[in-house]
Amino acid sequence: MIAELGLAALWLSAALSVLMMISGAMGLRDAASPHALYARPAAVVQAFLAVLAFFLLLYAFAVTDLSIKLVATNSHSAKPFIYKLTGTWGNHEGSMLLWVAVLALSGGLLGGLERRLPEKTMSATLMVQGFVALGFYAFMLLSSNPFERLPVPALEGGGLNPLLQDIGLAIHPPTLYVGYVGLSVAFSLAMGALITRQVTPDFAKVMRPWVLGAWVFLTFGITAGSYWAYYELGWGGWWFWDPVENASLMPWLAATALLHSVTVLAARDALRTWTIMLGVLAFSMSMLGTFLVRSGVLTSVHAFAVDPERGSFILGLLGLYIGGALVIFAMRAGSISEGKRFTVTSREGALVFNNVMLSAILAIVLLGTLYPLLTEAFDVRVSVGPPYFNPAGAIFAIPMFIVMAVGPLLRWKDDKPARIQFELALLAAVAIAIVALVAILGDYSVLAVLGLALSVALGIGALLPLKGRNIRRVPTATWGMIAAHFGVAVSLFGMASESAFTSEKLAAMAPGDSEVVAGWNIQLESVDPVAGPNWTAIEARVLAARGDEDPTVLGPQSRNFWSPPQPTSESALVTRWDGQLYVVVGDSAGIDANGNERWQIRVWWKPFVTFIWYGGLLIAFGGILSIVGRLQVDLKRRSAKAQGKARRADVEALGSSDGDEPGTAAAPEPAE
Amino acid sequence: MRLAYFIPLALFLFFAGLAGYQLTQPKEQNVRSQMIEQPLPDFTLEPALEGMPGVSRADFVDGQPRLLNIWASWCLPCIAEAPHLERLREEGVEIIGIAVRDRPEAVADFLNRYGNPYSRIGSDDISELMLEIGASGVPETYVIDAAGNIRYQHIGDIRAETVPLLLEKLEEVR
Repeated sequence: MIAELGLAALWLSAALSVLMMISGAMGLRDAASPHALYARPAAVVQAFLAVLAFFLLLYAFAVTDLSIKLVATNSHSAKPFIYKLTGTWGNHEGSMLLWVAVLALSGGLLGGLERRLPEKTMSATLMVQGFVALGFYAFMLLSSNPFERLPVPALEGGGLNPLLQDIGLAIHPPTLYVGYVGLSVAFSLAMGALITRQVTPDFAKVMRPWVLGAWVFLTFGITAGSYWAYYELGWGGWWFWDPVENASLMPWLAATALLHSVTVLAARDALRTWTIMLGVLAFSMSMLGTFLVRSGVLTSVHAFAVDPERGSFILGLLGLYIGGALVIFAMRAGSISEGKRFTVTSREGALVFNNVMLSAILAIVLLGTLYPLLTEAFDVRVSVGPPYFNPAGAIFAIPMFIVMAVGPLLRWKDDKPARIQFELALLAAVAIAIVALVAILGDYSVLAVLGLALSVALGIGALLPLKGRNIRRVPTATWGMIAAHFGVAVSLFGMASESAFTSEKLAAMAPGDSEVVAGWNIQLESVDPVAGPNWTAIEARVLAARGDEDPTVLGPQSRNFWSPPQPTSESALVTRWDGQLYVVVGDSAGIDANGNERWQIRVWWKPFVTFIWYGGLLIAFGGILSIVGRLQVDLKRRSAKAQGKARRADVEALGSSDGDEPGTAAAPEPAE
Repeated sequence: MRLAYFIPLALFLFFAGLAGYQLTQPKEQNVRSQMIEQPLPDFTLEPALEGMPGVSRADFVDGQPRLLNIWASWCLPCIAEAPHLERLREEGVEIIGIAVRDRPEAVADFLNRYGNPYSRIGSDDISELMLEIGASGVPETYVIDAAGNIRYQHIGDIRAETVPLLLEKLEEVR
């Protein structure tokens, strides 16, 4: 029953997306059309049904309904309950259903909550949102039905990839998907505004919270994914430039550029076409990522079961949506004037510069990700990795960080660098001092040293906008910017510190042996077999102590799952404020001279590595503050407007002309 | 209409064309061993089953070509290839088995059920030999010539049509 209900809910949502599209189109032709009224309720009900379908699949996984093919191939009755649930999206069909449910939910929220746009623009936006949803419903229903039944129920399930049997799977994909697919709203809004030629500051104010919301989830999802890969894969790395990681980074870069350009549009009525382009680009990158992961055209650790037919289907959708959007952009962009002018040394100037830098980094990542696709057309297999991405990205990232430290200090429209010469000198002095200091202390890579210097300068620069202001009167949105920029500095510091100062040791140790790594005394006490619910493992008992402190007991494991059979490495971590100790146990390394069995123990000391993820969280937190601040201002302005209107009505009703000035106490747009 | 506004569209069309072309191309998913035409590395593996001999490099260098079959009791395609290994044995081929990450009782159970075509079975508990000869999965079968050199690699399960091919390869390296 559950499977049939879920499938019916999906078909109904697909039908409603058609209604949403047609009703939106009617409203676009004639805002007064009575048929235009259906678009909003259709969006809301559609969201409800798609989310219901997802919860029904979740239930099927929770009770391990082995008559459903997807459950039988991806779950197992002996799996811990939490991994049964998270296993729902640990496969192609289930994760696609999550994707579609979030898409529908975004459309539903848009249709249900957004009241600030002109009706025609809103109709066009809902039309586009319905059109996009329809394509992905078709993909689900025609080629990836998650509710397909088996003719005969399976006796036992096939199990879930052990690497996915981790709490990381509960957090990383859902947040990332909300971010990815939340950008569909920005896409639809951009198309709606482009079709109705309503690219105005008011439109930008409507778009901003939607972009910020998706961006917060995306930031959090990427941060969580990076930490998951770091402790789960057992390689001690936190970013691998894997095609799928890049697929999540590219929408983030586009969304970051978008939320800054939309701010310029809102505050200064400039960058109109550029903002529209980024709105289209951000969600296009999300769809592109989906295509790369699911079509199998690129090889990646994240890849789902490869199926060229699905790949062709998604490529068709990409052609329809991205291609279509770009055609409309090419036809219409000329009719939207560029907006107001500004000088290079102004807040806008700095924002534009960093928009270009972010876009350049996006192009670098895109090129590196797609390059293997290009060379394979000529039968050459290549793998593009850090030696390309790090320096090529840094060419644009370094100037971006410099401008990022200075930009928020500049005034809108036009400013003189001389006005902030003290701040400029301070930041330059700090950066140069750190480069000199680190260069004297040791031989480190250029990028790591520059990263350290820039992170400190950026950290100070992020706080400088507070200088000379009454802390209590700083708008919430400005605090958001400060937190996010400071978060970038914190994260950058972690990255640079980790790559410059990490100490690593690989040793073959017998129980009783000890080693010293970066001031840590590591002693192997024993190695014993242990068993879990669906795995067996070798667990090492390792005592780690820094200086004279009491040792901490660590239990890194080398696990063997039996369904499906696969070994994984469970690292053990000691977290201190100034870094993390990362211990992994490997295979047996033979017998030593005394007849004791020796084991491969790998130990890293990574100074300040945790700052990478603290920074990521801080960036996301900054985004939340920004949304709250914007909504506060918006609500205040709306109630002020309503009060003004009410008062004007009262005054008119009284027929007196000597009343109060009609209330126009709208809060000014905070200029940060 | 400014020409510059068509640049994103042009770039996207180029990508879509390339991706479409790549989707229609057959994709080589298998990882070829880099050890083909190289001598077998030096190794010694304990027996995977009580009562049968283990495997070492010395077992391959007595002037007779052999098959080296990498398998495991937990591997489903290995069940599918069992009858074809049996046919190869009936043709007089000596097959040396390597059981990967396995347990003696599971090995015994598998052989009781699906037959035992092996003259020796080594136990590769940590995929050590697998890595050294460049095998990327289970099952894989290698043709080893009379001097102990790796001459041919078959990736995946042996099917009916693979049997004559393997016999031919064994004849070639004799």
